[in-house]
Amino acid sequence: MGFFDSLKQGLKRSREALNEIFYMGGEVDEDFWEDLEDTLVMGDMGAEVAMRVTDDLRERAARENLTRAEQLRDALARRLAAEFPAAERDPFTDLPSTVVFVGINGAGKTTTVGKLAGRAREAGVPCVIGGADTFRAAAIEQLEVWGQRAGVDVVTRERGADPASVCYDVVDEAERRGARLTLIDTAGRLHTSSDLMRELAKVVNVTRKRSSVPVTVVLVIDATTGQNGLSQAREFNDALELDGLIVTKLDGTAKGGIALAISSQLGLPIYRIGVGEALDDLQTFDALDFCRALVGEGM
Amino acid sequence: MFNSLSDRLQDTFERLRGKGRLTEDDINVAMREIRMALLEADVNYRVVKGFVGRCKEKCLDAEVLDSLTPAQNVVRIVLDELTSLLGSTDSKLTLAQNRTPNVIMLVGLQGSGKTTAAAKLAYLLKSQGHSPLLAACDTHRPAAADQLATLGGEIGVSVFRGDGRDAVAVASASIREAVDHLNDIVIVDTAGRLQIDEEMMQEAVAIKHAVKPDQILMVVDAMTGQDIVNVVTEFANRVDFDGVIMSKLDGDARGGGALSVREVTGKPIKFVSMGEKPDSLEVFHPDRMAKRILGMGDVVGIIEQAQKVADEQQIEDAERMLREGFTMDDLLAQMQQIRKMGGLAKIMGMIPGMERAMAQMPQAADDSQLTRIEAIIHSMTREERARPKIINGQRRRRIASGSGRSVQEVNQLIKQWDEMNKMMGKMRGLAAQGGGKKGRRAMQQMMRNMGGGKLPF
Repeated sequence: MGFFDSLKQGLKRSREALNEIFYMGGEVDEDFWEDLEDTLVMGDMGAEVAMRVTDDLRERAARENLTRAEQLRDALARRLAAEFPAAERDPFTDLPSTVVFVGINGAGKTTTVGKLAGRAREAGVPCVIGGADTFRAAAIEQLEVWGQRAGVDVVTRERGADPASVCYDVVDEAERRGARLTLIDTAGRLHTSSDLMRELAKVVNVTRKRSSVPVTVVLVIDATTGQNGLSQAREFNDALELDGLIVTKLDGTAKGGIALAISSQLGLPIYRIGVGEALDDLQTFDALDFCRALVGEGM
Repeated sequence: MFNSLSDRLQDTFERLRGKGRLTEDDINVAMREIRMALLEADVNYRVVKGFVGRCKEKCLDAEVLDSLTPAQNVVRIVLDELTSLLGSTDSKLTLAQNRTPNVIMLVGLQGSGKTTAAAKLAYLLKSQGHSPLLAACDTHRPAAADQLATLGGEIGVSVFRGDGRDAVAVASASIREAVDHLNDIVIVDTAGRLQIDEEMMQEAVAIKHAVKPDQILMVVDAMTGQDIVNVVTEFANRVDFDGVIMSKLDGDARGGGALSVREVTGKPIKFVSMGEKPDSLEVFHPDRMAKRILGMGDVVGIIEQAQKVADEQQIEDAERMLREGFTMDDLLAQMQQIRKMGGLAKIMGMIPGMERAMAQMPQAADDSQLTRIEAIIHSMTREERARPKIINGQRRRRIASGSGRSVQEVNQLIKQWDEMNKMMGKMRGLAAQGGGKKGRRAMQQMMRNMGGGKLPF
């Protein structure tokens, strides 16, 4: 299954929802615009973004005389794609590179690290996994299983160890072994817990200072997250100066619209999206493909 | 830009409050605000539509519009509707009386917090005198059983892991294990699954048939967006759960998605999960939740939380304070109490209107202030703490350099202590009068003074 197909598969439900609007065919009326706005809201894009996008498209429709649903679909896909900032650098292919994964509990950080390590191994890139989640029960064991599956070594310490010092060790060890890619998993935490956010800031600072290769801090976000995702991303961004996002669990029925809101409002590129359980289901993000699939273009 | 549902509604209602009589247009404006606010809080779009429609209809009632206080009536209507949407009674676990062991099964999406919730539930049941057994039936996620085993070890609840391969077999075997070891409740933790993953949904149904649970609880992340409706509808159809545990409510998510659960499936929310510690599973109170959403504060919650933390020693202390006055040690103890309750921000968030006040002066709820005051008090001698009056200029300088704060800050703290001590003196007077009309009036006066004055930090 090619990239485009599996992406479409993962976003099937999203498309269906939007198709309800677009399949009306023919000339569009006032209801069309209201429904469009509502559907974008239902896709977790946020009321603010939804309105801005709709108004924009509306003006354009009047200006360029777009009256057919198909034209509008294309225009909308392009309009939405323009909301995503482009990544200046892909931290997983521009090597050497150190990447720190952060996010709230249950977002899918550990799984993402495991998948990326597997990918790196397949590509023959020397890789090291760092286990800085020394808080959650069995997080280290979970990471070690992923490490075994991927055939990548995991550098970590016992539960309860200081995560910042674990990161120091990880970077040290990675340098010693000549790793080209270092993936560091951190403990999930709610963005409202100021103590834990300070701890994470320390983890990131230590890694940034110690590492001689570029360090990228990636926020992992669950596609089912609603508007709170924006508040999460803001807090993490304020504390850590994020570099980009990875959106997980896009294989469900969630529309992932919050990714658009976060990406456009905070200017953060999306490095990868997760559309399934298999190793290959972590894919490179292409804004236009994503938006085309989202609005059901080319069906 | 509004941050939360309560901010937004309060703003709307403040505008309505200024009006003597409301027109239909006013109601429309208010309803539009409510609609947008609910959407921002992740309440499902369709649920919002129904909710706003019902509210509007009731608000347009002539009695409401012509009443002397129309805005308050609108507030009441919205609150009532929200409460009834959340379910009108407290829900508890229902377990069959004539069956041992009882079985509780947990289901949900990946990363919603099932394993953590399982441990918390076990802790709660254990504290109620039950002997629970945790069954690790998540055979898919790496080290999920290890996680449960670790959590179980921490709270002293045994964990059954079986062969760790076939979830259904582990579930069935866990029942036999419970019978052998005289456990009266089995909590079955299952793997996270997407509601559209046919194979995994079948596994959940197979586990259900194998263990015939008394209760199936679905764990729902409070941060879930619009999609929650698709998820819970499918889970309700396939697995037919009995209630919901809402997780991660200790964050700033308004949990609007969970309102949708109630409306769409009719299943009650039974527990809310408020943190990482095992004792942070709380019974769900719809009325409190509705009030909290509307920014009317969770006053009952504060009192309960305070009661949980306060022990008899502290009650004695309070009496001593009334008798002998208020020392710096008491101030220190109070601050530590606040920390135990989850910090200033959490407590203030529960007080009506505080959230808005805090938004205007964010440093007010900054817990680092507490740390500074603690440092200053720690730099005082025992004698100085007991009798702060003796702290003269020289001592102030010593305390300041000892705590790394400025003399001004030390002065400020002493001044605040002085005010609190005076207040305590007045209360002493009231306690002596033993209530009565005069006493009550004085108390009210004092409350007003307190409201006008600054908090001691």
